[in-house]
Amino acid sequence: MNSPALISSHLSKCFQRDGRQAQALDKVSFALKPGRVTGLIGPDGAGKTTLMRLAAGLLLADEGELEVLGVDVRRHPLKVQSQVGYMPQRFGLYEDLSVQENLELYADLQNVPRSQRAARYDTLMQMTGLAPFTTRLAGRLSGGMKQKLGLACTLVRSPQLLLLDEPTVGVDPVSRRELWHIVYQQVQEAGMTVLLSTAYLDEAERCDEVILLHEGRMLGQGQPQTFSDEVNGRVFQVRIADPDVVDQSVRGLQAKLSHAPGVLDALIEGESVRLVMEEGTVAGADLLANETGLKIKPLAPHFEDAFVAKLKPHSEQSGKNPVLPVKAATGAASDEIIQVKDLVRRFGEFVAVNHVSFSVRRGEIFGLLGANGAGKSTTFRMLCGLLPASSGKLAVAGHDLRTAAARARSHIGYMAQKFSLYTNLSVIQNLRFFSSAYGLRNRQQRERLEWALSTFELEDYRDTNAGILPLGYRQRLSFAAALMHEPEILFLDEPTSGVDPLARREFWAWTNALAETGVTVLVTTHFMEEANYCDRLVIMAEGEVLAEGAPRDMKALARSSTIPDPSMEDAFIWLIENRKVAA
Amino acid sequence: MKFELIMALAIKEFLALLRDKRSRIVIIIPPIVQLLMFSFAATYDLNNIPVAVYNRDAGSLSHELISRLEGSPNFHIIKRIHHEAEIAPLIDNRAVLLVVNIDSHFSADMRRGQSTSMQVILDGRNSNTAMTAMNYLRTILLDFNRNWLEKQGQAGVKTVLDVRNWYNENLQSRWFIVPGIVCLLTLVVSLLVTSLSVAREREAGTFDQLLVTPIRPVEILIGKAIPGIVIGLLESTVIIIIMIMLFKIPLRGDIGALYLGIVLFLLSSTGVGLMISSIAVTQQQAILGAFLFMVPAVILSGFSTPIANMPEVVQWLTYLDPLRYFLIIVRGVFLEGDSYGLLFNQYWPMLLISIVSLAFSGWLFRHRMY
Amino acid sequence: MKAQHAARMRLLGVIRKESWQILRDPSSISIAFVMPVLLLFLFGYGVSLDASDIPLGIVIEQPDTLSHSLAGSFERSEFFKPYYFNAIQEAQQALDERKIDAVIWLRNNFSSSLLAGQEAPIGVIINGVDSNQANITQGYIQGVWLAWLTHFAEVQGQALPMPVALDQRVWFNAALSSRMFLVPGLVAIIMTLIGSLLTALVVAREWERGTMEALMVTPLRISEMLVGKLIPYFILGMGGMLFSVALAIWQFDVPLRGSFWLLILASALFMLVALLIGLLISIIAKNQFVAGQIAIIVTFLPAFILSGFLFDINSMPMIIQVITHIVPARYFVAILQTLFLAGDVWPVVLANMGALFLMLIFFFTLVWKKSRKRLE
Repeated sequence: MNSPALISSHLSKCFQRDGRQAQALDKVSFALKPGRVTGLIGPDGAGKTTLMRLAAGLLLADEGELEVLGVDVRRHPLKVQSQVGYMPQRFGLYEDLSVQENLELYADLQNVPRSQRAARYDTLMQMTGLAPFTTRLAGRLSGGMKQKLGLACTLVRSPQLLLLDEPTVGVDPVSRRELWHIVYQQVQEAGMTVLLSTAYLDEAERCDEVILLHEGRMLGQGQPQTFSDEVNGRVFQVRIADPDVVDQSVRGLQAKLSHAPGVLDALIEGESVRLVMEEGTVAGADLLANETGLKIKPLAPHFEDAFVAKLKPHSEQSGKNPVLPVKAATGAASDEIIQVKDLVRRFGEFVAVNHVSFSVRRGEIFGLLGANGAGKSTTFRMLCGLLPASSGKLAVAGHDLRTAAARARSHIGYMAQKFSLYTNLSVIQNLRFFSSAYGLRNRQQRERLEWALSTFELEDYRDTNAGILPLGYRQRLSFAAALMHEPEILFLDEPTSGVDPLARREFWAWTNALAETGVTVLVTTHFMEEANYCDRLVIMAEGEVLAEGAPRDMKALARSSTIPDPSMEDAFIWLIENRKVAA
Repeated sequence: MKFELIMALAIKEFLALLRDKRSRIVIIIPPIVQLLMFSFAATYDLNNIPVAVYNRDAGSLSHELISRLEGSPNFHIIKRIHHEAEIAPLIDNRAVLLVVNIDSHFSADMRRGQSTSMQVILDGRNSNTAMTAMNYLRTILLDFNRNWLEKQGQAGVKTVLDVRNWYNENLQSRWFIVPGIVCLLTLVVSLLVTSLSVAREREAGTFDQLLVTPIRPVEILIGKAIPGIVIGLLESTVIIIIMIMLFKIPLRGDIGALYLGIVLFLLSSTGVGLMISSIAVTQQQAILGAFLFMVPAVILSGFSTPIANMPEVVQWLTYLDPLRYFLIIVRGVFLEGDSYGLLFNQYWPMLLISIVSLAFSGWLFRHRMY
Repeated sequence: MKAQHAARMRLLGVIRKESWQILRDPSSISIAFVMPVLLLFLFGYGVSLDASDIPLGIVIEQPDTLSHSLAGSFERSEFFKPYYFNAIQEAQQALDERKIDAVIWLRNNFSSSLLAGQEAPIGVIINGVDSNQANITQGYIQGVWLAWLTHFAEVQGQALPMPVALDQRVWFNAALSSRMFLVPGLVAIIMTLIGSLLTALVVAREWERGTMEALMVTPLRISEMLVGKLIPYFILGMGGMLFSVALAIWQFDVPLRGSFWLLILASALFMLVALLIGLLISIIAKNQFVAGQIAIIVTFLPAFILSGFLFDINSMPMIIQVITHIVPARYFVAILQTLFLAGDVWPVVLANMGALFLMLIFFFTLVWKKSRKRLE
């Protein structure tokens, strides 16, 4: 079969929300080659999910034609649904059913003959590594395992076309690698066609072909390589060659370079900064004219470079310096503002946090890294005073937040893992409420509200309900709400989970600027490359600290003859595997 | 305690409740509609009771008795039957509530000065209706008897029951039921507003966000209680105005005493609502909890059946029901003209329930985390 | 044939899934079984219209044999608990303070007037706030008084004050025990609550947790999903129903005079209607918050007040009588009261079951129309 698995011609879809018209898809036309993995790439709000839902027959297009496996979706949705596998962003696992029971349910719904089931389950369980857990309730699985089970349920009857909507969001690197492995196995063994959307751009390079979407319009379709080729010769690495001459951190360098003329993108990459230049500019002479001690060398472009280069001019996000007038923090930089000693948290028999100790100095960006279920969030919640510790000591700015007076809490800002502002309150109502909650009023409050709206470019959404904001803006709003009272310490729990690369850059630019003014930031993340933004970090697994130190020290651990320049991800995997060996 | 913090919280709660169109409709429209519907529906008074008459007597006296029956607004003779066999199907099929059966020698017996009887066959499926109908009949019969004795010039025993009904002179059950419905609706509204408020925030994660701010549990508690009390106050005021204007229920007592009762009741029902909400982990549990409180609270309050008729153990249980006290206050102020002094014993138990339930929910805010 | 087999497999899949979820989630089981027990016990014992030991104030201004013999009649009655007062003012104050519910006032010339053949009215004051209770109290007082009077007339050799007596025959519930009619009614109310609550949250929860989207892209048809969801909850609800009926018969001694199978059939019909209403609520609401609010408002109070369980429908204004026709509990209450107390009265049972059947079709169509396999 060589006919395309999916043909979309001039597909348009418009949503009506709050009296606003939102064009989710605007005349999108493409065809999917059979037996290939095609990536659907684009920032939040690009229309990726809408496209997936249209293909699965869950939405009706306003205009245009959509043919899936030779069937018109609009006319025969049930026929299409019996031939495609679709895994929505939040896959509908029944958390109160066991792994086996979830499989059974989808096997029944997909009409898998009983005689074939046992063999199919076996294959799927082997493939996903869930075989030892078939009787466990789905709700008790880790995030990565849940995603794998979701995929297994989708694959229970080998579909001809597999639609995966952001299957790897919130999944740790090890599980991500496994998920990709499963997908490719399906393509090779069963000749399946896969359409997959993702916000991780390194994954785009694993696709045979990518489709680039932005604000409902298609920007291009082709092999990842062809996109990268467009920025060939415009990607450079800048490294501080002589730390004695350049009195600057990599972070400072990155902040400075990102506003230099001709620079499209500046990204911290290990101990250096990766630059993408505008077309026609030459990095080197004019950029580094008055800088000494810096070394610059050209790099082979990644897909991400091409993505940023392609989207930055399109998006409204101006590269202006984030202004975060936060009151200067007082106290010496050597103060240990957060101290954690022998922290333990048990839930019944289960030890979620097992004798964790670390300390954070004032003005640092401190990272807690780990896979889902490593105990990061539990530690975090104890630090914020949301959960009592079973034993051990913890102090934040000299107080135990659990027992400390409300005044101690007024020094911290907190941004929860999932969006947790009032979804049916408007942007301004949310901001007003949280600023009042922190005791701001009258002129001071008005000023901070103005500041938040302008700094985070939320003016257009002032009266929009928070629940229907685009994801990126929701993130900004949460960030703004946590900063209304100019806290000394900022707790960020998985702040960039599910956020697209552009918004992530923006977010880190703000965080960096905050840290430069002396605010202490404690952040959890499972994006390994983001660890590079931290001054120091701990890596956690199964409730224990595996390593503590600067990113450089971590990476040094994993250095070997086969990996001379390990990434943070390599270091993480090395630590995890080392631990397994030790056990 | 900071007043500004509480205000900010209360405003947020109002916005969260009233910005959503569906939830706005749910909170405002049904109580008013239900007041009207239930107030007209809920009555123990019977009128136009369907009656069948089986009169075998040819004399004039039985006709006189039946015409008295016909003249009463309570009864409506829908059928005159001529065979005994017709009685059973009429009653079985609920075509009539009762059949009046008069003997062939009824008039003759009376004229001879012998005592006779009027037989009534009643459908006892609803025993209360049957008993009420029987009381109506008995009154008619008593009148008929006295009238007959006087006409015969028989002196008889000259004693009558001179019955006066206080507070509700004409024994209109609407006067009794409508104030009760006011109490019921006030309870439903305050539970609607509060019972999901904490559980919902827990599920959405906003409760954590709230707990990391400098707001104290006490302030959260008050902020969350205010919307329930304010909305409850406004709705009960509207309902009370309707009650006076439309249903002409007399307001005989002190309006201040009434409002003191309303505020105390709202405090206690809000406290219970918040307590349910903070015990619940999910919204589903909160809804269940609200039901498990509301249904017994209504049944045991004395709204429809007197508390005095309940077994003693159940009577003890009713002391935990804030609705019990509130009902007495509303009926007392409206019909009996009670004031603060007489109602003191209703006020303090509600205050106690409020304090206990509010304190417990405040404690749960910080101690129930997962 | 193949398509049929596939459809059956999908249907069984949904049924199995819902059953597993019910078994895992204690709250569903507790709705179906704990709630009926709790409510039936509470109501079965708590709800009674039969007064006994009514606190009655007796004012005797001039103690003598006649007044004592009248007071003695009240004393012997099981309905009253007399309290004695010397002056009417004291009794009135006790009435104000709700210590007594009624007052019998024998003035100081009561005995002498009565014996002299003069007017000797007996003053009766009843607290009329609870008009129903006041009516009942008045009836009881009249009964005691008439009995005493008959006796007095006989002793005096005077004419009977009652040429025509009331000879009452109460069918189905000779003792006029209110529990006999309240308990079957309660079963209907409880079933309304259980049926609607069980399903009100089911679909709303699937929307909130995102499982609906995954279900919708499978070949599962709407009809299969609805039926698959209804069957397990139906079985659960019927379990609760049987349990309540057993309690009514054995715990509260309500006789079941009609056919057991007819009762089951009618209950099944009603249970389906209640479940569909719950399903409709959750489809419309799409989130548990609003679904919960709607369920609180539309289930309990209308079933309580408009079903004829307590208040006589015939006495309601015409417009309200029309409205009661959309309350399914109305039909079920009529069926239950008849089947329990009267027996298989076919015209009553069939008419009400017919109405329930129409409602079943109506709600099923509505649910069908409202649920689409699309996200819009």
